[in-house]
This record gives sequence, C-alpha cells and structure tokens, in this order.
Amino acid sequence: MSHHIIEIKDLKYTYPDGTPALAGISFRITHGESVGVVGANGAGKSTLLMHINGCMSPSEGSVRIGDYPLTKKTLPSVRGRVGMIFQDPDDQLFMPTVYDDVAFGPLNQGFPRDEVESLVVYALETVGAAHLKHRPPYKLSGGEKRAVAIATVLSMSPDILLMDEPSSGLDPKARRQLIALLKSFEHTKIIATHDLDLVLDLCERTIVLNQGWVAADGRTIEIFSNAQLLEENHLEKPLRLQGF
Amino acid sequence: MHMADALISPAIGGAMWAATAGLTVYSARKLKDDLEERSVPLMGVLGAFIFAAQMINFTIPATGSSGHLGGGMILAILLGPYAAFLTMASVLTVQALFFGDGGLLALGCNIFNLGFWPCFFAYPFIYQKIIGSKPTQRRILIGATLSGIVALQLGAFGVVLETLFSGISELPFTTFVLLMQPIHLAIGIVEGLVTTAVITFVWKANPELVASESSSRGILSLKQVLAGLVVIALFTGGALSWFASTHPDGLEWAMFHTAGKEELNTPTDRIHAYTARIQGKTSILPDYGFKENSPAGKAENTQATTSESWPGISAGTTVAGITGGILTLALALCIGMILRRFSRSD
Amino acid sequence: MARIESALLSLGSLNELAAQDTAIHRRDPRAKLVTTAVFIITVVSFNKYDLSGLLPFILYPIVLTSLGNVPSGEIFRKILIASPFAIFIGIFNPLLDRQILMHIGPIGISGGWLSFASILLRFALTVSVALILIATTGFEAVCLSLERMKVPRVFVTQLLFMYRYLFVLIEEALRMVRAFSLRSFNAKRVDIGVFGSLVGQLLLRTMHRAQRIHAAMLSRGFDGRIPLLRSFKADIWDAAFILFWSAFFVLARMYNIPHYLGTLFLAALP
Repeated sequence: MSHHIIEIKDLKYTYPDGTPALAGISFRITHGESVGVVGANGAGKSTLLMHINGCMSPSEGSVRIGDYPLTKKTLPSVRGRVGMIFQDPDDQLFMPTVYDDVAFGPLNQGFPRDEVESLVVYALETVGAAHLKHRPPYKLSGGEKRAVAIATVLSMSPDILLMDEPSSGLDPKARRQLIALLKSFEHTKIIATHDLDLVLDLCERTIVLNQGWVAADGRTIEIFSNAQLLEENHLEKPLRLQGF
Repeated sequence: MHMADALISPAIGGAMWAATAGLTVYSARKLKDDLEERSVPLMGVLGAFIFAAQMINFTIPATGSSGHLGGGMILAILLGPYAAFLTMASVLTVQALFFGDGGLLALGCNIFNLGFWPCFFAYPFIYQKIIGSKPTQRRILIGATLSGIVALQLGAFGVVLETLFSGISELPFTTFVLLMQPIHLAIGIVEGLVTTAVITFVWKANPELVASESSSRGILSLKQVLAGLVVIALFTGGALSWFASTHPDGLEWAMFHTAGKEELNTPTDRIHAYTARIQGKTSILPDYGFKENSPAGKAENTQATTSESWPGISAGTTVAGITGGILTLALALCIGMILRRFSRSD
Repeated sequence: MARIESALLSLGSLNELAAQDTAIHRRDPRAKLVTTAVFIITVVSFNKYDLSGLLPFILYPIVLTSLGNVPSGEIFRKILIASPFAIFIGIFNPLLDRQILMHIGPIGISGGWLSFASILLRFALTVSVALILIATTGFEAVCLSLERMKVPRVFVTQLLFMYRYLFVLIEEALRMVRAFSLRSFNAKRVDIGVFGSLVGQLLLRTMHRAQRIHAAMLSRGFDGRIPLLRSFKADIWDAAFILFWSAFFVLARMYNIPHYLGTLFLAALP
C-alpha cells in the first residue's frame, strides 16, 4: 500500500482584490501517481499548483505534503521535495549560465560544491542538455529552455513534480521529446495543461476544474470519453479521440 | 549627456568615481538592511526595462524632435532611492561597456549626474513631499514633472562643472551653461511628463506598486544628503587644489572664465568683448610653454614650465614630432598586421 | 526600430567574441581590468594640446584586437556611433582657441585644432579599450571579477540579472514597437501620448514577470543571497601582462616617443 503524499482538504483562496479563485478543493494523490489537471482558462489550475508548492497560502483549508502540513515553518523543508516548473521558462532561467541555474537549487539546499557538480551533471544528462552546460539562457531555443528548466528542478531531487503548461510553445519534435522524458520519470507528477493529448499519454488520472471547483476526478480515459462532461466544463475531447 | 573620457581629467574622473563608489557601497549596505527578497529580481528586470524603454524614441510635441526616456525618476518611484540608484548605475555601466556611451573613467560622473540627483534628491525632497501620504493624478503630475526638471537641471550643471574643471574643452562657463541648461530644462519637462504618463498607467492598474511608503524605503533626511554633498564638494575641492598646486594654469583659466564679469562690463559691443576675451586668454597661453623648440621660442617663455609635475609635457609640435608620429602609427599598424597573421595561424 | 535591433545584436555579438580562446582571452579578467584602468587614466592625464604623445597608446588596442581576434572594423564603427556628444563639445575648441601654436610649412595650426584632434584621439582610445575589454573577457567574467575586487555583491548581482533579462525585454519592446508601427503607417517615432501607454504596458508586464521570477527563485530555495560559483586563478602571465603594459603606458606618458623616433629618423637621413 503506497503512503499518501499530497492531501488537499477544502482548499479555498480569494485574490486580494476579491476575485475568488479556489472554492473548496479536496483530493488525495498517492506516491508515484501521474495526475492531469485540466480546465478552462481561469479555472484555477495555476493557482492550485502555486498552493501545492507553497508560493501561495490558502484563505481556508489545508495542504499536506507527506507527513507535513504546509505552513510557514515547514515550508523550507517541503520546498526541497516539491519541484515546480513554471509556464514561461524565461522566468526560471535567471542565472548567467545554464550551469548556474541548475546549480541554484542544490546550492541553496546547502550541498557542498563537488556534490552540486554531480547533481548538476546528472540533471542535465537526464534531460539531454549536458552539452548546454555553459550556455547563457538567452541563447537557447524554446525546447532547450524547457529542458533546462526541468533540469533546474530535477537537481534538487524532488519527490513531486508540478508542471504548468509544460508543452506550450514547443514544436512537435520538442513536444514529443518532452513527453518521452516525462514518461521516464518515476516522480509523482501533477500536470496542469490544455494539452489533453499529453494528459492522455502521461496521466492515468485527471482532475477537471471549473471556476475553482473540482468538477470531475477520475480515470483519464473515462473522463475524456465523456463528451457532455467535457463540454460542461468548457473543454472538448483530445484530438486523438475526436472522431469516435 | 553622457560624459566621455576624452573630456575629463584624471582628477575630476577620480573624484567623481570616489563619490559614486561611496554612494554605491552606502546604497548596497542600506539595501541589505531592509532588503525585501523580491528586490533582487525586480531591480534586475526593471534595469532591463529602462534600458529597453530608452531605445524607444518618441516625438516631442510642438518641436517635432525626438526624445527618449531617462528613467531615474521612474526607478526611484518604483524601487526607492537606494535600489533605484544601483539599478541606474547598472544601466549606465552596460551602456559604457557595450556601446561606448559614456567613458569608463567618466562612469563615475555619469552615475552621479544621472543617478544621484533623481534618486537621492528629487525623489525624496520633491516627489515624496508632493505626493504626501496618498498619490493622486494631480500630485503625480506635479511631483514627477518638477522632479524631472530639477534632476535634469542639476545633472546638466554637473556636466558643465566637470567639463570646466577638467580643462580639456575650451568652452567657457557662461557659454556652456547657456547651452546646457535651457536644453535640459526642456528635456526635464518632457522627462517629467513621460514619467507621469508611465507611472499613472501603472498606478491605475496596480495602485500598490506605486505606493509611497516612505517608511519601508528608508527616509532620507535633508541633513544627510546635504552632509553628503558637502563631503563630496570638499573631496573634489581637495583633489582639485592638489591638481591646481601642480598645474596652476588649469584652475586659473577656469576661474578666469567663471569670473568673466569684467569682460562683460566693457563696451557692450559683442565682438569687442569677444576679442577682448580672446586676448585675455592668449596672455595665459605662454604658461603652457607650447611654442616651437626653437631657441627664440625658448627665450620668449621665461616662464615655460615644460617640465612640471606632469613630467615631460610633450613639445610634440615640431617636425620631429610629426615625423615621429607618422612613424609610430606605421609601426603600430605593422605590429598589428603581423600579430593578426600570427594569431590566425594558431 | 533599427536602433533596437542593432542594439540587440551588439549586446550579443560583443559578448560572443568573448567566447573565443586566444592568448588575450586566457588572461585573468582582473589583469585586463587593471590594465584598462591604467590605460584610461594615463591617456586622460595628457595635456590638452598633446597629440603625438598619445599616438604610441594605439599599440594597446591594436595588439589586443589582433591577438584577441576582435574585428577592428566593428570597434571602429562603434566608436563612430558613440562620438556625437564628444564632437559637439570638442568642436568649440577650434572656434574659441585661435592662438597659433605650430606651423606645418606655411600653414599655422591653432591650439584649438590641436586640442580638438587630441580630444578625438582620446575618445577613440578610451572607447576602444572599453569595447575590447568586453570582447576579450565577456560581461559575466568582468562582473564576477569585480566582485572579487570588493565591489558590493548586490551591485554585481544586479549587473548580471539586468544583462540576462536585457534580451528578453528588448525583444518585448521590439514586438510592441513593431505592432505599433504596423498600425500607424510606419511612423518612425511614437507619439508621446502613445509612448506612455506603450511603455506603461511594458512596465506592468515587467513587474509581473518580476513576481514570477521571484516565485521561481523561492521555489528553488532562494533566501536573499545569490550563490555564484566562480574561481579565478591569476598566473605569472597575468602579472607580466599588467606589468608590461603599465610600464609601457607610463613610459609613453613620461617621454614623447614619437618625438624621439622622429628625431632619430631625421638625424639618420643623409
């Protein structure tokens, strides 16, 4: 029996200007699961992710990662276990070279230099970007940036990977490579995306969000075959399933 | 308005560098104390923003000429004085290193002229005072415009003084001032208006970004700033007097031009006044000892000080000098060509 | 708009030149920084009428561009582009200083023209070494060596961050200006009112980006201090570099080398 990793209980969040974002979300994700989070724009996908990695704190409700409830005190230790990959890779590659960016996390975690070196090399090799080690980020292509962004998180050896629109802006080949890469990961994965075909490839389970609520939570293939459910939530079938 | 190394002397360059370095260390220290973590990416990205925004030219109404943003005030309003100063300094550094826009020795002057006045003077004592506890559209307009005018006037005046005391340019004080100040008055007004437009836009969208919480930004007292200026003035004065003691004509010449009042009291005929001034000046020139190396020339300059503290001030104005100059150039170019071939074959 | 594009190229290309591996590139950045500083201070210390005394200094940029594989045409072009202000101030010298100081044959040359020429020469010399410094060292290495030389870390971090995002922001600005010009029948310049909202938009987006970057930094454990791993090792060649060039600069400052050369040459003539 796998131990519970992520537990969200009745999560509510309202923006400072009064806009409600999350209206009471609950679910439980277990070790090694791969979960897709889908929904229309503004449904709350990114906000949810930001709560799981501690960048935002809820107005009500709780987030629990493993044995720890997520609070200000436990945040530093949780940070190492949850890796977040943001939508715009330029936002995450802020150091002078790729090496510096991938080393940023482990250095902050307090690893000594030589260990950092091996962590960086490992992370870059995993994403296939070892040859980019000394490049400055502005000289990378979209796909390369995305790969390096993933490496910056991998080097921290997280248990859980959160991803916000990982395939956006990628050309077909880069997208294919990304899917293959993610498939090889054994981490617990939560992927917020519009790319329903990617969800179909990678996630056995899908959570559908609609205006801050969980509209559906179940097996991906069942949800994606339910045309009515999808339409109610401003979605449609993945391209692959259209025509059935 | 960026000072070039070609127009300043080591004394001025050094003095302003020291002043700027001091301000930089001071600002860095202040930031460490009340550093919000978010400042680090914010400063970096805003610096890049100012750099990019400066490249977008706009037409100035009623003149048709083009202008571009300075940015010191916008930075000060968004970041507070210390962070804004460092950000402005970083922008100017990159401009000097990559575009030669402003010299490396003159960087100290430029950072002071374009960074100190908006961040440490105009922002706390004009803008913040006008904005008070709550910004309104009107207060932003008045505050930003007034700040822009004052900051640019003071910055331009700084350029005048730095150029004057360096003694490389011949521009006399009054001419230079009449040249610089009115132009920069106009530029200052435009800068103020543009700052208003940009800040208002941001303020309307996200008021909290423009909030003028003087407490968290570190209140600067007028006393502190004036004290700082006095220190800088003393230091600069000290450097200059050292320079002057070894090079009397420089300061003398500068002072002569500043006190041109005597000339202006003579007949109002402009040409007369002008030539009188030239004559007055040429009587000073013999001190430089730059006549030909002919015995006759030497006899003329009994006060020739060709071997003062700056050793061997060249008498490079002879045939030998010209010949030698051509030879030197040719030699240098040959060495260059040889080395290039050498490095290519590597 | 062409200005924005060429600026973008300049920022990249100059730094790209720094990625080469030549004898000059291999020198410690601090050595090059120090030598550049000595160069500039010495050049600027010349008397305003000095022209021939300055000429030997050309050797430094020439040697660096040759050995360092830096295209001198590029450097020269940049010098020209940066020169307007210096020329504008300098041109007053010939107008105001009419005292004849030397003769070439029958032609008398005024002090004003001499000092103007000196200004131009100084300008070319001092700007060239700044550009060559970047082309042979790289911006990042210059910044990090500054930190080693006790420049406050906050400022060094600021330089590096700003440079990193310069490309992102300039491209954003470029896109906005392009969109504008497509809808305004290719006006070259923005109306001041439009500028306010154009730049205001850019600023807002920039500040939101800053928030996102900050979130990304926090997610990777940022605690206020940017970790930077760089080690510089200065060797005997670096010391030799500094000593050789500094000695040359001081010598050239103290003795008018062209004058001696010329005298020797003329004396050697039959």
